[in-house]
Amino acid sequence: MITLLATWTFGLALALVALGVFVSYRLFSFPDITTDGSFTLGAVVTAVALTAGIDPVLATLAAPLAGAAAGCATAMLHAFLGVERLLAGILVTTALASVNLVILGRSNVPLSSTTTLLDGAEATLGPALERAGLSTAVAGEAAMLAFVAALVAAAIVALWVFFRTQLGTAMRAGGDTPTMARALGRDTGSMTVAGLAIANALTASSGSMVAQYQGFADVQMGIGMVVWGMASVFLGATLVGPVQLGGAILATAAGSVTFRLLVAAALRAGLDPDWLKAATAVVVLAALVAPRFLSRRGHARAG
Amino acid sequence: MLELADAAVSFSSPGGPAVRAVDGVSLVVPAGSFVVVIGTNGSGKSTLLGAIAGTVPLDGGTMRLAGHDITRWREHERARLVGRVYQDPRAGTAGSLTVLENIAVAACRGRSAGLRWATGRELREHAARRLAAIVPGLEQRLDQPIGSLSGGQRQIVTLVMATWQRPELLLLDEHTAALDPAAADRVIQATARIIREQGLTSLMVTHSLAQAAALGDRLLLIHRGRIALDAEGAAKRRLTADDLADRFDALRRADQLDDSAARTLAEAYV
Repeated sequence: MITLLATWTFGLALALVALGVFVSYRLFSFPDITTDGSFTLGAVVTAVALTAGIDPVLATLAAPLAGAAAGCATAMLHAFLGVERLLAGILVTTALASVNLVILGRSNVPLSSTTTLLDGAEATLGPALERAGLSTAVAGEAAMLAFVAALVAAAIVALWVFFRTQLGTAMRAGGDTPTMARALGRDTGSMTVAGLAIANALTASSGSMVAQYQGFADVQMGIGMVVWGMASVFLGATLVGPVQLGGAILATAAGSVTFRLLVAAALRAGLDPDWLKAATAVVVLAALVAPRFLSRRGHARAG
Repeated sequence: MLELADAAVSFSSPGGPAVRAVDGVSLVVPAGSFVVVIGTNGSGKSTLLGAIAGTVPLDGGTMRLAGHDITRWREHERARLVGRVYQDPRAGTAGSLTVLENIAVAACRGRSAGLRWATGRELREHAARRLAAIVPGLEQRLDQPIGSLSGGQRQIVTLVMATWQRPELLLLDEHTAALDPAAADRVIQATARIIREQGLTSLMVTHSLAQAAALGDRLLLIHRGRIALDAEGAAKRRLTADDLADRFDALRRADQLDDSAARTLAEAYV
């Protein structure tokens, strides 16, 4: 029971990465490697703030701000200095590896002696769930799940509303067809900056939540996050098929949870955890290649 | 009013001499006139349009539009005054957005897009009216992805978007060249009607000599980056597609003479 709840909590916390990758990759066609660095950045910033005794709410809010700054840096390298998308992300992520290590001071910081936002959620919601008949351990886990779920739900609603405003719609248009947006008076460069700021704010929030959930921040924890996010986006899209904006955002979050459940099942079935990231990469590769392969077969059949 | 003074654009080819794609063009287009631009392939007509839209930087000369010196304005800044329709309908519309969302972006042209709901009821009703007036039935498809429309319908929506806010100048860059003849014909009729109803100042590049003869009140023939023919008023009305075809042939013959003269010179001196 607790393991299942933990899988859901983890999947939902990582759904914020998936939503970030949805914004950068799906809306702006930007394969944003910064994701790996900004995930760690979010964790590191929150961890340092918590150990310095800063209020958990402020310590958590610092993460998206730092992430947004990282996203701005990558987008500006691309939009204003003409650096290729992938290279811009690689440069910023490489620089972030140093930044993260300097901020954290060492490679790993435990949060067991601090009060995290999730500890707060556990203390607030836990007793009520216990009274409803759950055991103390399950109630605590369920309280954290409820908090993370509420956070993800808020992010989904905020994204859906924002991307349907005039500004958000113009940004989607610019990500989809830059020639169209420029012809209608929109500066696609600044739009990319805003888009990647949003994407990496989400990713850093995810890093912050994961650090608080697992009780430590580690400078290595962001490795492979962009691929995880893509896997969730692809899986979500496969689950629901072609849908409009709201459906696609929901599907992305669902994709993250589903993927986490699949991973848990695979681990239980005996997958060596060391192979987890390789397996994720294979899933993304399959999702990238399958449509081309399938359509080629379709052509062959038609011909 | 659009004024070009000595506008020049050159492209450098690797290892070769710079090519003057637009070679010192001076042109005044009074407000409300509909100018058709034709020219051979590589004549510089599309580069000229790009220079006006701001996609191609000018190497020399100045450009004024509606009282503003726009020579140094960037592409998206010029878009405040200029409406554009590209040759490829996919370049002028965002395929994953709905028809109404595309129109919503066009409705914000020239102002800052805020945090108001993009596709409100007022915009929906307005869009339905304007689309139904041009292509009855199109107003039923406001909530479908614009990528699901046919090329001709999509190009008509692009035209509506480019003129949603009345532009000081409408640029049409071979906007029917990618369509089948029937669709091209419908788009041309819609174009002529919108230009007439709004009294727009327009520049239309076309490959079709029939369109060039039938439309507009002034015709420019561009050749080797310069204006080779500028006909307006009665002179424009007298021009037929056959006349234009003869002009093209004459230019091609002159080019061949130039080339053979150049070859003779090269053989004699090198």
